Amino acid sequence: MRFTLNGTAISLDVVGTRRLLDVLREDLHLTGTKEGCGEGECGACSVLIDGEVADSCLIAVGQVEGRAVTTVEGLADGGRLTALQQAFIEHGAAQCGICTPGMLLAAHVLLQQAQRLSAADVREGLAGNLCRCTGYTKIIDAVLACAK
Amino acid sequence: MVTTSTIGRSVPRREGAAKVTGAARYTDDLVVPGAWYGKTIRSTVPRGRIRSITLDPTFDWSRVVVVTADDIPGDNVVHLIRDDQPVLAPKGGEIRHKEEPILLLAAAHRGTLEEAARHVRIELEPLPPVYALEEATEVFTTLEIRKGTVVDDLEEGVVVERTFRVGLQEQLYIEPQGAIAIPEANGAIKVIGSLQCPYYVHRALKRALKLSDQQAVVVQAETGGGFGGKEEYPSIVAVHAALLARKAGRPVRLIYDRHEDLAATTKRHPGVITHRTVVKKDGTLVSQDIEIVLDGGAYCTLTPVVLSRAAIHAAGAYSCPNVRIRARAVATNTPPNGAFRGFGAPQSLFAAELMVEHVAERLGRSSVDLRRQWMLRLGDTTATGQELTESVGAELVLDAALKACGTVGRSDGRTVKRGRGLSLVFHGSGFTGSGEKKLQGTIGLEALADGTFRILTASTEIGQGTKTIFCQLAADALGVGLDKVVLAPQDTSLVPDSGPTVASRTAMIVGRLVQEAATEVKERLKREKAPLRVEKSYIQPDSIHWDENTYRGDAYPVYAWACTIADVEVDMTTGEVRVTDLVTAVDCGKALHPVMAEGQIEGGCLQAVGWATIEEIKMKDGGYQNDRLATYLIPTALDAPRIRTILVENPYSRGPFGAKGIGELPMDGPAPAIIAAIHDATGVWLDEIPATPEKVLAACASR
Repeated sequence: MRFTLNGTAISLDVVGTRRLLDVLREDLHLTGTKEGCGEGECGACSVLIDGEVADSCLIAVGQVEGRAVTTVEGLADGGRLTALQQAFIEHGAAQCGICTPGMLLAAHVLLQQAQRLSAADVREGLAGNLCRCTGYTKIIDAVLACAK
Repeated sequence: MVTTSTIGRSVPRREGAAKVTGAARYTDDLVVPGAWYGKTIRSTVPRGRIRSITLDPTFDWSRVVVVTADDIPGDNVVHLIRDDQPVLAPKGGEIRHKEEPILLLAAAHRGTLEEAARHVRIELEPLPPVYALEEATEVFTTLEIRKGTVVDDLEEGVVVERTFRVGLQEQLYIEPQGAIAIPEANGAIKVIGSLQCPYYVHRALKRALKLSDQQAVVVQAETGGGFGGKEEYPSIVAVHAALLARKAGRPVRLIYDRHEDLAATTKRHPGVITHRTVVKKDGTLVSQDIEIVLDGGAYCTLTPVVLSRAAIHAAGAYSCPNVRIRARAVATNTPPNGAFRGFGAPQSLFAAELMVEHVAERLGRSSVDLRRQWMLRLGDTTATGQELTESVGAELVLDAALKACGTVGRSDGRTVKRGRGLSLVFHGSGFTGSGEKKLQGTIGLEALADGTFRILTASTEIGQGTKTIFCQLAADALGVGLDKVVLAPQDTSLVPDSGPTVASRTAMIVGRLVQEAATEVKERLKREKAPLRVEKSYIQPDSIHWDENTYRGDAYPVYAWACTIADVEVDMTTGEVRVTDLVTAVDCGKALHPVMAEGQIEGGCLQAVGWATIEEIKMKDGGYQNDRLATYLIPTALDAPRIRTILVENPYSRGPFGAKGIGELPMDGPAPAIIAAIHDATGVWLDEIPATPEKVLAACASR
């Protein structure tokens, strides 16, 4: 099967029913995508499929045939952190870091989709991604710092 | 060149870039060639005896490694406080809780593993279980704290008696438990895992696998949250993985999925706490008689220490001449409860704070004024008779929190009612009593030939900032740039035992050792050349006295203080409680890194909001009914209030730059503040958390 992964076209010989999460982590060694619950509740495994946030633990790899998949590894451009990644570091939005990849992707989409964002918009946009360390305040501050 | 100190500045987190790019490697991210997958087969009954374990002969077992209690080379004991918990339940032995580990499997492929698991037959003879704390007859431990003589009643006085209940809570670190065991040369076994306390795991491995100090090697991988849940439990995961690896002769990965993690691992101790408080008509606090019962679950784990912290904090942040605190922890046939941020104090402070509210209500007084009248001040003594000689921040945090809050918006509508509540709490920093003295935590600091420095400590980074803060402290004392200092990996073959990463002790106790070692290295470098190494161990100051037998004396080196104000909205038709605003003023001594201090406080507060409102574990036949993330709910960004933190710096003379421990404190204050806010909104008092819609509606209906 073929799909675009972090901007690069790839072709893979895999069983289409396997979870996208496992193919990313085990076959492609992109371990930035995490498994927190395996049933679509925590968002640690969030990836972008054609620019939309999706739980890679609930998606069979066959479903991404011909589509564009972005993982946390695809955010930084040639090692240069994005403004959002920088803001996460500066505002203390990453503590233990296990929710951070999924949180970043969800926030990235929010910033792409809306010109202006309120704190309430950010809360709603990140409601599918659980964090147990920060109380969310610093994550929301980081995202708002990047909003226009 | 002058190097600017970074103390008090929020420099970037050391491992921040790795965490935002996905490069940070957590246990399950590690690629270990040739590793098999492991699995734990558990009890399906809450109490019983193993009659037989049969491996179905129709299945090809040559592809699978099976480990039972008979394969344990050392003691069949999870090494901790008491030797009551087996690594694996032995044949004929008693099973004491659902999900108790009985047998371990490993195979090259997950499919084989699942198939093998279906071909294990365990015949169990059920025994009658005990679930309710009130019905429990087996007692793990009791203790009593006495100050003066409590009175039952008082002429011209007011007596208030009330009982409170608190429920189970799951730590819910987002990375589930996991360990990878790798057999090495000379009978050594290396375990890499998600854990808070490398030397706990080290001792557990040595004991169960009969290994020498050198043969057992424990390495912490990047760890996705702990909150106490990765204090003692990782010993079980690590020993299981090591037993499988030893028998298989190859590496074994034992990674829990969320369901197994929720179903089998430790929770916060539930409890029942009764207060009888006697005051004079003018509000003078005369007597506090307190009884605490905690449910330890099936095995002892850390329960005696949890009970101890619960009892010492039970009288609250107040000065009372006559106090009696009787505490006991009982055994039930439910999965063992264990360490969780706050360690018993959130349970007992919940009751203590609500008692202030009830007494104030009886006296017709403002509870804020009553707190001012009662609160501990410099020179006062606590329930254990500890005289507070410095850094007493009760009044400072109360004033700071009140100042930060506007007036509460009153409810106009009938369906949604608004209210505000306040709490004032304290939390002992560091181990209780003689804990630090007994442990004598040790760190090392090396000056390397290339002009850089390396800190050697077993204190782990679990998101709270150990890596960054230790480097800040060392760089400051050495007078070098932050980039010249690194933390050695948390690997027991490299670093000394600086103690577990628990008890709000890392920055204050271990951070101070880092500071002292760096100061000495700097001095020595004036006369000597690198490489050189300095070790520093904790020395108990002569001024700290503690009697473990009588529970009298200096229970903690110092206390951190917090005042929390919560605003809530209660939907009177659905019973739903929403925390809309939360302000917390925290006396942290000194914020070494303000952003991290705030982050830790905010996260702790939200964990407490969850405990107080939505995090409920329903029991069924000795197991947890909601053992999936779809049914065990924690606050999302939508549920969470904006938490406003006010850092109050009231320095402690023996903390680095005055810093005190704040890891656990934020767990203590929000729950009673929220219950008081619900009362303010609705006029009803809840005596039990979580304040679920069902409880709120029932309380309103019975009013």
